[in-house]
Amino acid sequence: MTSKEKTLRIAAIKEGTVIDHIPADKIFTIIRVLRLDKASGSVSVATNLPSKLLGKKGVVKIAGRELTSLEAEEIALLAPEATLNIIKDYEVSEKRKVNLPEQISGFVDCMNPNCITNKQPVATRFSVKAGEKVRLKCDYCEREMGQKQIRIL
Amino acid sequence: MVKGSFKGRDVLSISDFSREDLLHILSVAGQLEKKPRPDLLKGKIMASLFFEPSTRTKLSFAASMIKLGGQVIGFADVRTTSVKKGETLWDTTKMVEAYSDVIVTRNDVEGAPRLMSEASSIPVVNAGDGANQHPTQTLLDLYTIQKEHGSFDGMTIGFVGDLKYGRTVHSLAVALSHFKCSMHFVAPAALKMPDSYITMLKEKGITVEETDDLDAACKHFDVLYMTRIQEERFPDPIEYQKYKSVYKIDKRVLELCKESVKIMHPLPRVGEIDPKIDETPNAIYFKQAANGIPVRQAILALVLGELE
Repeated sequence: MTSKEKTLRIAAIKEGTVIDHIPADKIFTIIRVLRLDKASGSVSVATNLPSKLLGKKGVVKIAGRELTSLEAEEIALLAPEATLNIIKDYEVSEKRKVNLPEQISGFVDCMNPNCITNKQPVATRFSVKAGEKVRLKCDYCEREMGQKQIRIL
Repeated sequence: MVKGSFKGRDVLSISDFSREDLLHILSVAGQLEKKPRPDLLKGKIMASLFFEPSTRTKLSFAASMIKLGGQVIGFADVRTTSVKKGETLWDTTKMVEAYSDVIVTRNDVEGAPRLMSEASSIPVVNAGDGANQHPTQTLLDLYTIQKEHGSFDGMTIGFVGDLKYGRTVHSLAVALSHFKCSMHFVAPAALKMPDSYITMLKEKGITVEETDDLDAACKHFDVLYMTRIQEERFPDPIEYQKYKSVYKIDKRVLELCKESVKIMHPLPRVGEIDPKIDETPNAIYFKQAANGIPVRQAILALVLGELE
């Protein structure tokens, strides 16, 4: 099967973004985080597709929309293996891995109920410790979270 | 910040300090202990904002400021403040910033001092935030070890008791990781040192031992750092009852230790050190508490820019 045939397994889009290599168990979280239920253009979702890298993977195709850098950061946290394909005129014009920034602000909840960010009106802020497994360290309470504990607001 | 300059600097977490920073603060504390400076902070005001109870830390900060000629305002009972009316910590800090030159604060909510430092243009000193950090305690612990043991390199320190919730243990382990010492962690499995600290220490090349057997481990220690099993950190009182008396330093345990071992404790103690140990030359926990004065004087003088 050629790369193009793989991409066409779910409806092709003319312009937009294809998020590939999403672990199958993360796909619905990503749909929620990207608020795709509110999308105005077409959105195609496939899951449990065979993947050499992940075993089972999901793919999301979003017509007429490029992701913001914040959205790309959210995906990087949830699915560091994901790739973003920017589609122009049915062709992949750009393919890139998602990258974790050194610091993230505002969109992840601190897991520590006794952290000041859960008690007062203050935006969360974390230092990202990239490694084999992503870890986030809260800049306020200094508690570290593993990937399973990451909750996006 | 200019390297080496402490003026205007916040003291929030021991992780913010390099080996050189730590040694510099200890050296200034030593100078102030030898040669008191009763007018050094004349005209300066310290705001002491204690949102959580404290005896030693609050009093020793106030005494340190007064001994340097400064003055103290503040509160130790949040019920008498506008916080009780729902004022945010940010707004409280903005107001206090206008009345004082340095803020010293304790809060049971973790990260509260860092939020205050973001609201404030004057230095904020963390006097303890929940189970997170208590950097001035760590500095006085280091000062005590340096005074009593001479140096940190080559030393073996044994941390005993509640190593899971004990913030003093976490911070002191981080601070000592700048030096070539060995660390033993003695705790029941449910209260063991968090893995993140063990990993960090090993990555820095520190020799680390973990055990629940105090009798077997204590013969190695140059310093035995005892901690209280903290009732207030246990959600379940039955769990607390299970662990509260698990280790006790008494004459029997002291016999198993090196003759020169120094016994430290951040205090308060609630039975984990037999009072009979107090009279031995090994007990240095009251000296340790007294060392809060020169160390906190050094911190105040440095962040206020009156000493370099």
